[in-house]
Amino acid sequence: MEIGLSHFLAVGAALFTIGVFGIFVNRKNVIVLLMCIELVLLSVNVNLVAFSAFLGNIQGQVFAMFVLTVAAAEAAVGLAILVTYFRNRGDIAVEDLNLMKG
Amino acid sequence: MGLTAIAFYALAAVAVGAALAVISARNPVHSVLFLILTFFSTAGLFVLLGAEFLAMLLVVVYVGAVAVLFLFVVMMLDVNFAELKQGFLSYMPLGALIGLALLAELVLVTSATHGQGHSALAPPVEGTNALAIGRVLYTDYLVLFQLSGLVLFVAMIGAVVLTLRKRTGVKRQSVSRQVGRTRKQAVELKDVKSGQGLS
Repeated sequence: MEIGLSHFLAVGAALFTIGVFGIFVNRKNVIVLLMCIELVLLSVNVNLVAFSAFLGNIQGQVFAMFVLTVAAAEAAVGLAILVTYFRNRGDIAVEDLNLMKG
Repeated sequence: MGLTAIAFYALAAVAVGAALAVISARNPVHSVLFLILTFFSTAGLFVLLGAEFLAMLLVVVYVGAVAVLFLFVVMMLDVNFAELKQGFLSYMPLGALIGLALLAELVLVTSATHGQGHSALAPPVEGTNALAIGRVLYTDYLVLFQLSGLVLFVAMIGAVVLTLRKRTGVKRQSVSRQVGRTRKQAVELKDVKSGQGLS
């Protein structure tokens, strides 16, 4: 059986679902939450590259590069916020993150 | 089953399995390591798709920078991770429900695209993949390319500003005081009589 577009889309879907699922089950641990967001963005990249390859259009890969850039920036800022929060509170429990009472 | 199919199934299985391990590992250090494994296998999938440049970029940016950043933070923070793992089972039903709904939707969409697009595991390329990307990136997407550089720059400044701290009780150089010092403040002339010394 030849590997087609839907195979890669299935991998992307699985990664996306695992990422969203991880966001739900790891609600207390911000570090794993950030990793789950990385997984979701990675699955988006898989989809973009798969469509780019199978439709013969390079622009999908260019867009995947931009997603990569934003993901890297997001990880850096997120971890910086995490470090600052830990320095102020001595803990990273997300449930105590209600100082602003929105 | 050809070599490509075997490679695809192996890489996909490793990617999905490692992703599952990321969210279920007890120790966040293991989570980061499994995340690296996921990125590596996905880079392999990208190579199968003929996107070598993006695969290398994934390895360099994610494995080389982001994952190491995660590892640093996980090891730097002194947190009781067992405590954070506690709500895992209580959130499981809701998470599983939403995950399954999401997966069902995505499978429906995926099966709808079945058979579209030409088979392109060996895509028609002129020149290398990096050449093709560069041709588009530096012409049509020049402004977006520069903007993504700006995004990285702002993120860098933001991360530095967020984590910079002024600690008290640390001796540090004050350049303005150092430069603003005059001769009057710094040097004092004493007229010492011979044989007496300073009292």
